[in-house]
Amino acid sequence: MGVRNLSCDVLVVGGGAAGLSAANAAADKGAKVLIVEREGELGGILNQCIHNGFGLHRFGEELTGPEFANKDEVKVEANPSIEVELGCSVLELAHDGDRLRATVSSEALGLAHVSCGAIVLACGCRERTRGQINIAGGRPAGVYTAGSAQKLINVDGALVGKRVVILGSGDIGLIMARRMTWEGAKVLMVCELASEPGGLRRNIQQCLVDNDIPLYLSRTVTQVFGHDRLEAVELADVDPATMRPIPGTEQRVECDTLLLSVGLIPENELAKTIGIKIDRATSGPAVDESLETSVPGIFVAGNELHVHDLADYVSEEGEVAGRNAAEFALGERKAGTADIEVVKGENVGGMTPQHVTGSAEGVTIRFRPRKRIQGAEIRVTSAGELVKRARRMIVVPSEMQTIELSADDMAKVTGPIEVSCTPVANGKKGA
Amino acid sequence: MATETKSFTCVQCPMGCPLTVTLEDGVVKGVTGNTCPRGAKYGAAEATHPERVVTSLVGVVGDHHPVSVKTAGPVPKETVDAVLDQISATEVRLPVHIGDVVVRDVAGTGVDVVCTKSRER
Ligand SMILES: Cc1cc2nc3c(=O)[nH]c(=O)nc-3n(C[C@H](O)[C@H](O)[C@H](O)COP(=O)(O)OP(=O)(O)OC[C@H]3O[C@@H](n4cnc5c(N)ncnc54)[C@H](O)[C@@H]3O)c2cc1C
Ligand code: SF4
Repeated sequence: MGVRNLSCDVLVVGGGAAGLSAANAAADKGAKVLIVEREGELGGILNQCIHNGFGLHRFGEELTGPEFANKDEVKVEANPSIEVELGCSVLELAHDGDRLRATVSSEALGLAHVSCGAIVLACGCRERTRGQINIAGGRPAGVYTAGSAQKLINVDGALVGKRVVILGSGDIGLIMARRMTWEGAKVLMVCELASEPGGLRRNIQQCLVDNDIPLYLSRTVTQVFGHDRLEAVELADVDPATMRPIPGTEQRVECDTLLLSVGLIPENELAKTIGIKIDRATSGPAVDESLETSVPGIFVAGNELHVHDLADYVSEEGEVAGRNAAEFALGERKAGTADIEVVKGENVGGMTPQHVTGSAEGVTIRFRPRKRIQGAEIRVTSAGELVKRARRMIVVPSEMQTIELSADDMAKVTGPIEVSCTPVANGKKGA
Repeated sequence: MATETKSFTCVQCPMGCPLTVTLEDGVVKGVTGNTCPRGAKYGAAEATHPERVVTSLVGVVGDHHPVSVKTAGPVPKETVDAVLDQISATEVRLPVHIGDVVVRDVAGTGVDVVCTKSRER
């Protein structure tokens, strides 16, 4: 039995928020689209995010994750130009003459090759695990990443534990603190290694303050106890200067569950199979303003590009990537000829795009501030000249910032573009 | 006359503005810290009669995968525990569709609990 061959204009890898909107945008441009999704249903991480807080920007109403996903799924299902393969993984990407080829595998197809004109990568992100942080002790049951616990409870209907400590104040950890409280568990505390909470402010209010769950900053878990099942954890204060536990501050807390919410990393294993250049600051592919990677014809959106806090912006990116992928595949794309670097200035962490080629009308810059500033100004300059500036009441690392450069703004660009995010001059009372 | 201030984070959008509400004898006199009018409205309501949308899960007869649900609108904060109790005592039969009512007038709040996910099987 030979390997099956499939063909499409645009292959979308991943059927989460990014992939769904990319597929719809590509099909609207006239492309024949195939979505390949590893899980048995579309929606990605939205399926396990049963809380509300999605879609305010995009739909003007507050939706739960499954409802947000459903809006795009309905459009995908109704569109005859979009095909979907569920339970199907993309294993490898390769060049195939002037086209691209993906090797996919599923129970229904076996091993198959998909020949396509362009690809949108929308594989999402994965969670950092215990192996990537420093916790001593054995391997008792009861230690989960927050996202896997979220899936177990919300999708699989499993019970995870009764006395819970959460390490890390990222959004998933905060959301899970409320979920487990509401499901009848006792959440003892959330500990955060850093001196700033990792998640959105409104999640701290709604999930912790509302349920009287204490948040301890500059504190971490140093050890786990228990043979078969977790029995207790050891906590210690952390020196903010060295980020190391302070001897003598150790405290033992009895619990049967430890949730780890210690960070997300773009899932770029697939991108690496075709040698896509990865940016060190975002851990995702480096892109231009069309969200095209270093491999022509391969675009990327959503959490695989840069870990996002809002699904609305993930969908927006999906649309940009999908539209450009369709134009590429149909031979309608205006290729960029410039190569202008976008440089991270003061207080700017991970940022996209990494360079601008002139392949789109305007440029949407998204970045994470390195530190909290009340009364901030985002400045975009080129060769020392101001291109655009914008004020923000407050910027924090947990909230991605967006600044749009119009075609007129871009006309002022004469060299590398630098983005900085600093306190407003004389703005002391502005807070 | 008793003047009182309450401080909390606005949860109406991800900006999360720090609101301060001034009350005189339980009546809202002013809201500061908000960036937009929604925040002022929310601040006044939160200081006097806080409400929450509750999201949870209901069991499915003959299947261990639950179905996600929410209150179709916000319910008074002090009723959240009673709402959760009634939701967790509820089971549904498939198929279900987004918006299907699974509990009417939950915990006497006048608000229905509806499905947030469609499932045929
Ligand atoms: C706990 C939590 C709470 C959140 N809360 C909010 C909120 O309140 N409001 C808000 O706006 N946003 C929120 N977000 C953010 C938002 O939901 C996500 O950023 C967004 O849904 C991510 O979409 P995505 O398409 O990039 O990734 P995903 O949804 O992760 O989709 C990626 C998909 O790709 C598939 N895939 C991966 N690799 C392969 C492969 N090789 N082959 C085939 N398929 C593959 C995966 O199975 C998955 O379905 C939250 C996120 C989390 C985790
Ligand atoms: S005051 Fe307005 S801008 Fe600020 S968090 Fe509330 S709704 Fe958002």
